[in-house]
Amino acid sequence: MKKEIKFNEETLALVHKMMARYPEGKHKSAIIPILHIAQAEFGGWLSPETMDYVASILKIQSIEVYEVASFYSMFNLKPVGKCLLEVCRTSSCWVKGAEDVVKHLEKKLGIKEGETTKDGMFTIKTVECLGSCGTAPLLQCGASYHENLTFEKVDALVEEYRTAGRRRSYTDLDYKNTL
Amino acid sequence: MGKKLLIHNVNIPGIATLEVYRQNGGYASVEKALKTMTSAEVVEEVKKSGLRGRGGAGFPTGMKWSFLAKPEGVERYLVCNADESEPGTFKDRYLMEKIPHSLIEGMITSSYALGAKTSYIYIRGEYFYVARILEKALDEAYAAGLLGKNILGTSFSHDCYVHVGAGAYICGEETALLESLEGKRGNPRIKPPFPAIAGLYGCPTVVNNVETIAAVCPIINMGGEEYAKIGIGKSTGTKLISASGHINKPGTYEIELGLPVEEFIYSQEYCGGIINGNKLKAVVAGGSSVPVLPAHLILKTEKGEPRLMSYESLSDGGFISGSMLGSGGFIVYDETTSIVKNLYTFARFYHHESCGQCSPCREGTGWMEKILHRILEGHGKPSDIDLLWDIQRKIEGNTICPLGDAAAWPVASAIRHFRAEFEEYINHPEKIKDVKHYYSVNQLEGA
Repeated sequence: MKKEIKFNEETLALVHKMMARYPEGKHKSAIIPILHIAQAEFGGWLSPETMDYVASILKIQSIEVYEVASFYSMFNLKPVGKCLLEVCRTSSCWVKGAEDVVKHLEKKLGIKEGETTKDGMFTIKTVECLGSCGTAPLLQCGASYHENLTFEKVDALVEEYRTAGRRRSYTDLDYKNTL
Repeated sequence: MGKKLLIHNVNIPGIATLEVYRQNGGYASVEKALKTMTSAEVVEEVKKSGLRGRGGAGFPTGMKWSFLAKPEGVERYLVCNADESEPGTFKDRYLMEKIPHSLIEGMITSSYALGAKTSYIYIRGEYFYVARILEKALDEAYAAGLLGKNILGTSFSHDCYVHVGAGAYICGEETALLESLEGKRGNPRIKPPFPAIAGLYGCPTVVNNVETIAAVCPIINMGGEEYAKIGIGKSTGTKLISASGHINKPGTYEIELGLPVEEFIYSQEYCGGIINGNKLKAVVAGGSSVPVLPAHLILKTEKGEPRLMSYESLSDGGFISGSMLGSGGFIVYDETTSIVKNLYTFARFYHHESCGQCSPCREGTGWMEKILHRILEGHGKPSDIDLLWDIQRKIEGNTICPLGDAAAWPVASAIRHFRAEFEEYINHPEKIKDVKHYYSVNQLEGA
């Protein structure tokens, strides 16, 4: 059963609140924040239908949404697993063993980088610098940063996510409690 | 112990909350500026302070502010660049996460100086959780009358919003950031016009880095002249340095500009030396874009003087024997590091992050990545080194924005200072068959 592409009232109110942050007539500025919400709400990726819906809310052409969505690396234009494991691969993480983390994940999950497990639970992706070079290596999943990774930490994380079983998105509130 | 102005309170429990932040002198600069100074006086203090942009370019902030056009009846904007994506740099994240109110205080004081009724904090999408911390802090500031209408009972009103990006290094370039903030692809604009004349929505706009804006608070509190006494020469004040790589104590450190590089790397107060007591091989001193320097040139200049953590000293010798302070992303590599493989991660990064507008960058970054990849796979040709050199020369200076230069400089410097290592990879591919991050060619020779 396909979920209808439509925000509920609460989310729609949030979307309109975001649009109000920008001057009269400049509400297109809210496109990225709204796409983040849409991606979280509608299955973790931006289908053409989802993007058309966002265009209708912003009262702009669909192509204006496609061209933005395709530019930014955090927007998935294809379905991904419930937990998108994004491993940083740039210099500081690389010298601290990021490649080993990826290999370990590949072995553990039985998939290659860029692939999704058969149960739709995990996708492995390598990404560019996440701004956590002092706590390398790290991976991001949803809003959470998992830093100073070891194989043991990766194993525990995978088990925790598998048990919880739910989708993780950037808009989650369950970020690491640093306050 | 060097002077600390930005993160001296970082270990106070609850400093992320408005209550504790104010108990420790927070928002004093807003009180002082709004109640006792004109906006021109605030700009003047920042000019006197000698503060230079902390995002990487090091342009004098007071001068940037004074360029702002002020036509009647046209909105002006302050935009904070929190799109921290330069590899090796994580200082803004640290500051916003730990002391979010220091940025908001700076936003209010700076907006008052510029006459901006609205400001935006453009934060990279990956820092979503930091955006939430900032939003929480903004809510507190609104509730306390520090934002909104008639701040602290004065006639100044201001609104500040957080805007999250979605993963694009190029949006750290100020005109690309403005495009993105307007809801478009992050393609840099051709300058002129500069944002000070036509920025966000075509209105005069100042774009400043997080740390730059936060530094405005101590400047107003202590006065520009006092601030200028800290540091060395034209490198005034303090700077946040993100230290990473093969050091014992990676992290964000606030240093007084002028600190010797050697002290920064080896003292227990900062990096605490190289891991496992290994030898230092190279340092990228200011984020991935600046030239990499071998150990002897990072510790001492070509002339044999101690290299200091300052804009001038780090660039002493130009690109022949010097580098740049840049964003303060200080990556340390020990003797086990493969410079070629490290360069490959940078080349891949710039290829991935090129927006694709300008051909030299769009194509050239991809070629450099591919050539480095084939060298690492053992298929390098002797002509590849010159080919890499040729490509980077043709990118540098030939693109709309500095991403092209940023992609070229690491390649040029790696070849300039570590040419023998490239030759080793090309002439002895059998040695790099299993190259990993912790094996250098030299080590493999003995293996």
